[in-house]
Amino acid sequence: MASLDRVKVLVLGDSGVGKSSLVHLLCQNQVLGNPSWTVGCSVDVRVHDYKEGTPEEKTYYTELWDVGGSVGSASSVKSTRAVFYNSVNGIILVHDLTNKKSSQNLYRWSLEALSKDSSPTGIIVSNGDYDREQFAENSVPLLLIGTKFDQIPENKRNDVLTRTAFLSEDFNAEEINLDCTNPRYLAAGSSNAVKLSRFFDKVIEKRYFTRDSSQMQSFTDRRRFNFKSLHSD
Amino acid sequence: MSFFVDSVIMFTSQVLFFGFGWLFFMRQLFKDYEVRQYVVQVVFSITFAFSCTMFELIIFEILGVLSSTSRYFHWKLNLYVILLVLIFVVPFYIGYFVVSNIRLLHRQRLLFSCVVWFTFMYFFWKLGDPFPILSPKHGILSIEQLISRVGVIGVTLMALLSGFGAVNCPYTYMSYFLRNVTDSDILALERRLLQTMDMIVSKKKRIAMVRRQMYQRGEEQNKQTGFWGMIKSVTSSTSGSENLSLIQQEVDALEELSRQLFLETVDLQATKERIEYSKTFQGKYFNFLGYFFSIYCVWKIFMATINIVFDRVGKTDPVTRGIEITVNYLGIQFDVKFWSQHISFILVGIIIVTSIRGLLITLTKFFYAISSSKSSNVIVLVLAQIMVRHNIKSRQKTTALF
Repeated sequence: MASLDRVKVLVLGDSGVGKSSLVHLLCQNQVLGNPSWTVGCSVDVRVHDYKEGTPEEKTYYTELWDVGGSVGSASSVKSTRAVFYNSVNGIILVHDLTNKKSSQNLYRWSLEALSKDSSPTGIIVSNGDYDREQFAENSVPLLLIGTKFDQIPENKRNDVLTRTAFLSEDFNAEEINLDCTNPRYLAAGSSNAVKLSRFFDKVIEKRYFTRDSSQMQSFTDRRRFNFKSLHSD
Repeated sequence: MSFFVDSVIMFTSQVLFFGFGWLFFMRQLFKDYEVRQYVVQVVFSITFAFSCTMFELIIFEILGVLSSTSRYFHWKLNLYVILLVLIFVVPFYIGYFVVSNIRLLHRQRLLFSCVVWFTFMYFFWKLGDPFPILSPKHGILSIEQLISRVGVIGVTLMALLSGFGAVNCPYTYMSYFLRNVTDSDILALERRLLQTMDMIVSKKKRIAMVRRQMYQRGEEQNKQTGFWGMIKSVTSSTSGSENLSLIQQEVDALEELSRQLFLETVDLQATKERIEYSKTFQGKYFNFLGYFFSIYCVWKIFMATINIVFDRVGKTDPVTRGIEITVNYLGIQFDVKFWSQHISFILVGIIIVTSIRGLLITLTKFFYAISSSKSSNVIVLVLAQIMVRHNIKSRQKTTALF
């Protein structure tokens, strides 16, 4: 059982957006009955079939690390949270569709997580300001999930969806909009489930199958240092 | 004519304060949340504006600005509006938002919030019974009744807050209380935390694997319902589900441990930062101030205890007393009355400003500590209440000073 390989995915987002419910839904296929505040970090494990339905199918453990707290926390909380950001293979960014601030804070969340996880190719993070190109060449796969979809009234849906489309473009990530209290949104075969599967596949690929390929490392962007250390982990 | 000019001045200042309250609300209190009900923001800003106007009127009274009839008029106006907001509007909205958070009563929100409001009014009225407020001069439905009740609550609140401040202040400022925390302590704790997380992860992997195998074998019958189901599950529980519940218990214990470790690490980090801060110049300055404050606080606590135990009442205010002592001991000749008036005025101004600032800072900290997106509306309204009562009480204190 423990012989399966593992990947680590962070689940980040503001307080109260529904990360714990989401993780529970993804890992146990059940709705979380009594959500309460997450203190520190709670982990759950999802068994994922990489390349399901093909002859190369292989099962992996995906650890979903649900980190609690808000972006505006005291610096002592932030530096303690930073221990959870080591060797991350993928990030799921969760925001609340009924709360615009939570989507805006996602930029700060991703900066917080990615700047701790500075890979040896030396991505220079520019002082907390959001930089779009940084995300375009970022090597950690991102997924954007919007929760509480059912609480948006019909007439506002289009605006919300346009806004999240911009967001997913900025992060260069796929987006899923759902309601964590309803497993129907992630039913097998739905487009959401397909996107989710693709995301996990991408994470596993980045972790296990691209270590040999050298084209990920040689960028000619002037912002990057060109380190020759390809055997990084 | 002068009345018109005065009203314009008062009105402009009120609008200014309103804007300031609005900004404070948006930038500080609701930094991480989205304002969905604007009524909360409006009520908060109105309360803030009128409280500040009251202080302003006192200062005008002292300085002799504006004609006294217009001052009196505005005073009454302010008082009525504030009492209206404090006693009718804010409790009603608090009740309304609390009730809207409870799912069961969502349908009949208005009805239940009226019920809550009536309960509040009943207790509010009962509060005045032990106190000698009712007198034949005033009658029962007069404004003095309301003010005195508000005053009672305000005094209690302020006493609580200042008592809390007196004890908390030395602890926060003085670096004597800081434990010595080294980097290696923090690293060791972080390592333990990560080890605990790894253990949790490995146990969860086992659970996930076992459940997957059970599911594949078509044994997803953990939830046996009904009487026969219960009997069956007693006799023929599969080893899979037994193991599962055992591992689940271990996982729960480990999760609790990880939470404790996380909180301890946060605490250590905070202490380390305080130590670093205390080494800087600013830190040293505050530490120095802290010693003085602590002595003052301890003296205050001591005097308060003596006053209660021996049933004394303080006679002269500290400033006049201080000046008297100075004059007597140092033999300096100056006109005590003239100077004490001005010094008291300056002191009052400082007290007012720092009390508002201190109040706003404490409120913000309190708000961050306990808020979430559901309760933020309620909390802001409660804060507005406290703020107004505090201001009314300060006003009474300063008028007593003169």
